[in-house]
Amino acid sequence: MIRRKTALESRGLTRRLPEAWRQPLAIVGGVVALAWIVVALAAPVLAPHDPLAQELPRLAPPGPGHWFGTDQLGRDILSRVLWGARVSIPLTLLLVALSVLIGGLLGACAGYFGRWVDETIMRLADLVFAFPTIILAMVVAAALGASLGNAVLAVLVVAWPAYARVTRGLVLGIREREFVVSGRLLGFSAWRSLRVDVLPNVTGPVMVLATLDIGTALLLLSGLSFLGLGAKPPSPEWGAMVASGVEVFDSWWVATFPGLAILTVVLAFNFLGDTLRDALDPRTARAIKERAI
Amino acid sequence: MSPTSAPSRDRDGGAAPTGRKAGRGGAVRRHPFARFLVRRIVTALLLALGITLVTFILTNLVPGDPAAANLGQRAIGDPAIVAQWRADHGLDKPLPQQYLMHLSGLLQGDFGQSQQSHRPVADDLAEFVPATLELAGAAILISLVAGVGFGVVAALRRDRLSDHILRVTSLFGISVPTFWLALVAFYVFFYRLQIAPGSGRIDPGMTPPPHVTGLYTVDAALSGQWDVFASAAGHLATPALVLALYTIGLLTRFTRSAVLEVLGQDYVRAARAKGLPGRVILFRYVLRPALVPIITVAGLAFGSLLSGTVLVEAIFAWPGVGQYAYKSATSLDLPAVMGVGLVVGVVYLVINLVVDVLYGVIDPRVRLS
Repeated sequence: MIRRKTALESRGLTRRLPEAWRQPLAIVGGVVALAWIVVALAAPVLAPHDPLAQELPRLAPPGPGHWFGTDQLGRDILSRVLWGARVSIPLTLLLVALSVLIGGLLGACAGYFGRWVDETIMRLADLVFAFPTIILAMVVAAALGASLGNAVLAVLVVAWPAYARVTRGLVLGIREREFVVSGRLLGFSAWRSLRVDVLPNVTGPVMVLATLDIGTALLLLSGLSFLGLGAKPPSPEWGAMVASGVEVFDSWWVATFPGLAILTVVLAFNFLGDTLRDALDPRTARAIKERAI
Repeated sequence: MSPTSAPSRDRDGGAAPTGRKAGRGGAVRRHPFARFLVRRIVTALLLALGITLVTFILTNLVPGDPAAANLGQRAIGDPAIVAQWRADHGLDKPLPQQYLMHLSGLLQGDFGQSQQSHRPVADDLAEFVPATLELAGAAILISLVAGVGFGVVAALRRDRLSDHILRVTSLFGISVPTFWLALVAFYVFFYRLQIAPGSGRIDPGMTPPPHVTGLYTVDAALSGQWDVFASAAGHLATPALVLALYTIGLLTRFTRSAVLEVLGQDYVRAARAKGLPGRVILFRYVLRPALVPIITVAGLAFGSLLSGTVLVEAIFAWPGVGQYAYKSATSLDLPAVMGVGLVVGVVYLVINLVVDVLYGVIDPRVRLS
């Protein structure tokens, strides 16, 4: 069912996109996401303190001078949360971009070439799907060694198959359509045919999936850091900051604010993604969510 | 001729819808459900094999030398001892052979030795699995009831206020970092309001119920110790709710779209036109076909619950596989981490197998195609 609709969908994408942007949820999501991106860019200007300097009283509750309080080493939590945007947001965007690229390319190859290429790639994807995400990411991160780079790699390992699966399904439907077949008859190479005829028809749904995935990727990445398998102290990474709040949980502000930062970013992208998905064909909703977690 | 009666007829006889195919095929074709089952089980077994391969490869990716991790300082200095140790553990053999040894070990329940607890990983896991099953089981029950309920309400009240509220709430549910929510819930309900019991599975000082299933609530109920049951249920409530929030959000969104899709079908309109009461339409005409996608998502959701236990158990000091995984991961105790990956992967596989089979039971088109 999904296959037949794709070409129509992408044609409808440009037409329906402005409509999606007028939805209140999309507006809220867009504004919040944009605000966080600005924060990530302007953190050095916005942050009142050095995020690493241990110069304030320890575990001071929120108040003037340090609105979000200070942590057990006397660092300003507001500054750390703001600087944290520079750690988490670019990495998450990079992560999703890489997943789209790798998963999309593999999925497109699987769908376009079929046979053993398809079998190999999709069985590999099935294998990744056989694990609950954080468990596999944790296993990979533990094997590679704890570092933020390895955590990104670990999330990448669990994230690409969703794109491979969706792209493959879409490509399968488009491959046999007249305009692709006629391109092949005109002597297009497989690569050119994929790039010129197939890819533009796949972009829409994959982009929706990517928007929804930004939230999931951030949750996973910060989850790994929370487990101690990602960012290393003193890096102001949000997941690691929540983890440091566990030790002093009666000083609620230590964990609360970085957690709220994660929540607002994820929520913003989920608002956006959800509206975009609704604006497109409701059927793609199922294809997208089939990977769900 | 309600939709509920048709599939049960297929299950019993299988004659009506398969008659067309039976003429062409052999014995297997005459039992499409059996063929469907066999195919699913074979796939699951292959995937399980794949899981063992993945954990094996990952274990061997580690730059560290396992001999160094397991032998004392002095023994490391002696090449003869190291060589002997490596030979004892089969590490001098080529990798494919090591994998086969690893596999035969797994079949005998040998998951290796935890570097942290100095016990066999299998023993550790056997101790911790019931606690996690209890937690994840409670969470999935809560999610199914609440998620499907909310989803149906949202679909029936589409585009009204309650639908919008449920939409925002469910998006909120899938956006909250579980580990943070667990901490907030612990702080608010236990530390501030003091309405939730603290960490652990039952009150300190209380003896666990006699071991039958390993699930404290079930065991306590079985032995009639209602004070223990109340304590166990109280301890279970907060972590289970925290864990369930994500899956409630997921199931609400899903149930809503699944129910909406069915509500638009002609036969539902016909049933309405015929004047059937709403309740009958909902339960007999709408929910059953809508259940197919819902069950699929519920199976996937269980995976996210198992993932969530790693993050939630650590905070509630719930002595389950999740906390074991957390401790093993933070101390880079690789055999233990791989053991958890393996067991959780296989549990997840089995659940998805069950989901596939349920799928076939509910929707005859699946097993007949």
